[in-house]
Amino acid sequence: MFAPEIVIAAVINGLLTGAVYALVSVALTLVYGVLHIINFAHGAILTAAMFAAFFAEQAGVDPLIAVFGLAPLFFVLGYGAQRYIIGPASHGEDSNTLLVTLGLSILIENALLAAFGSDTRTIDVPYGFSTVDLGFVFLPAPRVIAFAVTCVTATLLWALLKKTDTGKAIRAVAKEKLGAALVGIDVAHVYAVTFGLGAACLAIAACVLLPSYYVQPRVGDAYVFVAFTVVVLGGMGSAPGAMIGGLFIGVVESLSGLYFGESLGQLGIFVIFILALLVRPTGLFGARA
Amino acid sequence: MTKHRTGISRRGALQAGVGLATGAFALPGLARAQATSIKIGILQPLTGALAFDGQAGQLGAEFAIKAVNAAGGVKALGGVNLEAVKGDALSTPEGGVSEVERMQAEGVCAIVGGFASPICLAASQAASRYDLPYIVDVGVNDQIVNRGLKNTFRFGPGSSIVSAQALDNLVKLNDAAGKPIKTIALVHEDGLFGSGLAKLLETELPKRGFEVIESIAHPTPSRDMSNVALQIKAKNPDLVIPSSYYGEFVLLARTMQQQRIKPKGIFAILNGAASNYRFVKEFPEAAENVIDTNHWYDPRNETAIALKKEVDGMGKFFTYNVALNYSAVLLLVDAIERAGSVDRAKITAALETSTFSKHIMPYGPTKFVNGQNTGAAPVNTQVQGGDIKVVFPDAFANAKPIFPVPA
Amino acid sequence: MTVSGARGMFSAYAPILVVAALLALTPLATSANTVLNAMVLALLVALAGQGWNILGGYGGQFSFGHAAFFGTGAYGTALLQARYGLNAYVAFAAAIGAGAAVGAAIGFLSFRSGLRGSYFALVTLAFAEVFRIVANASPFTGGAAGTLLKLDVAPGNFQFASRAIFFWIALALVTLVLILTRAIERSRFGAYLVAIRENESAAQALGIDTFKVKLQAITLSAAVTAAAGAFYAQYFLYVNADIAYGAAVSVEALLAPIIGGLGTAFGPLIGTLALHGLAEGAKALTGRIPGIDVALYGALVVLVIAFAPKGLRGLAARLGRGLSTRWAS
Repeated sequence: MFAPEIVIAAVINGLLTGAVYALVSVALTLVYGVLHIINFAHGAILTAAMFAAFFAEQAGVDPLIAVFGLAPLFFVLGYGAQRYIIGPASHGEDSNTLLVTLGLSILIENALLAAFGSDTRTIDVPYGFSTVDLGFVFLPAPRVIAFAVTCVTATLLWALLKKTDTGKAIRAVAKEKLGAALVGIDVAHVYAVTFGLGAACLAIAACVLLPSYYVQPRVGDAYVFVAFTVVVLGGMGSAPGAMIGGLFIGVVESLSGLYFGESLGQLGIFVIFILALLVRPTGLFGARA
Repeated sequence: MTKHRTGISRRGALQAGVGLATGAFALPGLARAQATSIKIGILQPLTGALAFDGQAGQLGAEFAIKAVNAAGGVKALGGVNLEAVKGDALSTPEGGVSEVERMQAEGVCAIVGGFASPICLAASQAASRYDLPYIVDVGVNDQIVNRGLKNTFRFGPGSSIVSAQALDNLVKLNDAAGKPIKTIALVHEDGLFGSGLAKLLETELPKRGFEVIESIAHPTPSRDMSNVALQIKAKNPDLVIPSSYYGEFVLLARTMQQQRIKPKGIFAILNGAASNYRFVKEFPEAAENVIDTNHWYDPRNETAIALKKEVDGMGKFFTYNVALNYSAVLLLVDAIERAGSVDRAKITAALETSTFSKHIMPYGPTKFVNGQNTGAAPVNTQVQGGDIKVVFPDAFANAKPIFPVPA
Repeated sequence: MTVSGARGMFSAYAPILVVAALLALTPLATSANTVLNAMVLALLVALAGQGWNILGGYGGQFSFGHAAFFGTGAYGTALLQARYGLNAYVAFAAAIGAGAAVGAAIGFLSFRSGLRGSYFALVTLAFAEVFRIVANASPFTGGAAGTLLKLDVAPGNFQFASRAIFFWIALALVTLVLILTRAIERSRFGAYLVAIRENESAAQALGIDTFKVKLQAITLSAAVTAAAGAFYAQYFLYVNADIAYGAAVSVEALLAPIIGGLGTAFGPLIGTLALHGLAEGAKALTGRIPGIDVALYGALVVLVIAFAPKGLRGLAARLGRGLSTRWAS
């Protein structure tokens, strides 16, 4: 019923949207894979990063430049949050971690609300309305950039995990916390580094997202549920799973929006999510008590 | 941006007239001022999601109160001054109800405002427990006046008036331009507001000679409008009628611009962004030539022009909320003057028979039928040269419509 | 765990009755509707939190989606009256039943799939969102405009001119649940619940039908929170999707018990009072900046879990232990 070029355009749009989903999901799944916690503050950290990118732009720094400052900044903030707040406050109990990250998310979102109000803010970058012309569709430049940045970030993350000592330590802790501790790996440090990496990924996502989206104190929520779904589908803790899952969900959402209407897309995400949790919880999560 | 606090402003409290109960505290130096004042409740969502609109509404009410007091107060009661009892509805219905309770406790004689339909619904109902007259400023949900509450009056037009007017105006606009519009695509949010409007348009537009070739629903919030834009592009309609909230319309307008989709017109109805100065300021190119059917002030009214100058001078936007609340307070004062009393039943009776016409809205004389001001009507605005102009109806227009939009 | 004898009964239930009796005197001390209105709202939050506490506090199953139950209670009572003309009291009871049914259904699906911890939290959150989206879009619920109840003040309609009567009804509901919670604490069912919270596998090994116990707990929990929702609709005569099923409701329902003391009968009530006190304090200090009070709640959650895992109730118990052993139950 739709001309082929419309369908292809929808698929490409889905891939571009999916790339951002993937980036947000990789951050979530990385933290899960190592710390075995679901970080409920994920959306709030993304929102905070978007505000940071917004104010950087207001100060005259393009988000694509600001990312080089914000990613390290959020790494440090994430490191600190895990090392000095989440870790100690949880007393090593998963149920406490759950409530602590929820508490943090309430704190961050509402502190942003108190500071900046609930206005919807947008930025206007020079390339905001530039497009890449494929002949049958115009691809908005900001989203093409977002796609490219996601690919680069994923590659860097992969290299870090595979090629560096830190990466090896992270993988060791993810596999066998006790064993890693016995061979002298500082588990608390590795936890914090992982959490910091997750926050840094979110900062990068925020910087590429802002030019084509808007920011307000609850903006992260719109993405975080998609990320939960992607992570569940892709296998908790699996970074490649999250990458592919993100792109997949982006395309599915785009096509179902085209064929079944946009409204169903939103509900669809939740339904897929609930079904995935209910039908194959252990299979998707691996064996975990 | 949320410096306003609820309760009596300090300035208000220091004025001598603080009502009968505290009259005894009047400072000696101010003793020649009136012993009492007339308290009116100004209810707006000053904080929360609707803060931008609520603060504008409060500003309008404050200007009206200042104007009345400067002109000698309420004459029928011997020149008594008005005093605002401000309330913050916190952008929630229960917040509105809590403030109505407080206003009742502080002895207001009527309440003006509410802004959002849910707040207006809940607050006017709470006020009706005390037979307290309640004048709704914006809330377009028709249930507000259809419930048969004796105390509730809506000064602005409801959604049925707005959509009927939108259809009529579209036909006239199209006829005047030589009927360039034949096919129409509807883009609407999937809540009751957007869906209800879309359903109405789908049945009414064909009767008026238009063909609805696509009706696209989208959720709020939407992360992406690319697919909506693609569908519009595929169907290539002459006109797009969007009814969405602020964020989604901004996304849509930006995406349409990116995709070089240029219909002969964008004709919005009660759109959150199309007649919003912030949208015009932040995305002048995407906003240019967008037409909206919405509340607006009368751009030819001298009081309105003077007021706009003053509000602009404060660095704030002269939104319709300012003008609507300014007018609604004057409407109430007119009723108090005619009632010659702050008795609630008398004020209500005076409102029922009101023919008030000194407002700054593009309305006819006030006439309430079952609580709805049948003189109220929306106008069509168009973004032209980075400003918002009234283009229709002619009686209130301050610019000619650019329609169809040149390609 | 079970204390028998009249003495045990007395020490278990007497404090509840004393607190309820003292609170019941409030309308005699003040006739200001503003105060009573604030008290009713506080009791509503406490009631929703009491519901959450049964499942979360005693059973250790943290739901992030109690709005699903609150909203069902609210919509239930509103729709049954507005659409089917049911008597308000019948509708109120039916709405509680509907909330319990939703609780049982969500519990059945989730616990059958073995969801625990974060996954249970996630799935409840998602369920509540589905309810919110559907209620917001469906014509049956009035869509985004919500459902309105006709104002018709008459005791037969569960509508009273006096806020005091609403206050007493809310207080009666809270007291009833306090007694119910205390009874659960002293029952075999309560002991099973706590056993599941402490170690589910061990509880199972001991022969406890953990699925059944958790299902009973979520049903009861949902019923109590649904009562709060139904009362909300009856009090404000209006409900819409964000009020009923919004994430804010889920968060409010869990804040009070966590801060007041997880798995203690008085926890939700103490937590609500503490939160309201904090909010008023913040307002007095900073003026009315939106979000600042809730941001403080968030910080308080982190602090409570870090330093007082048993909440303020537990903190009070620890501080009071030296003075009186009776406090440290």
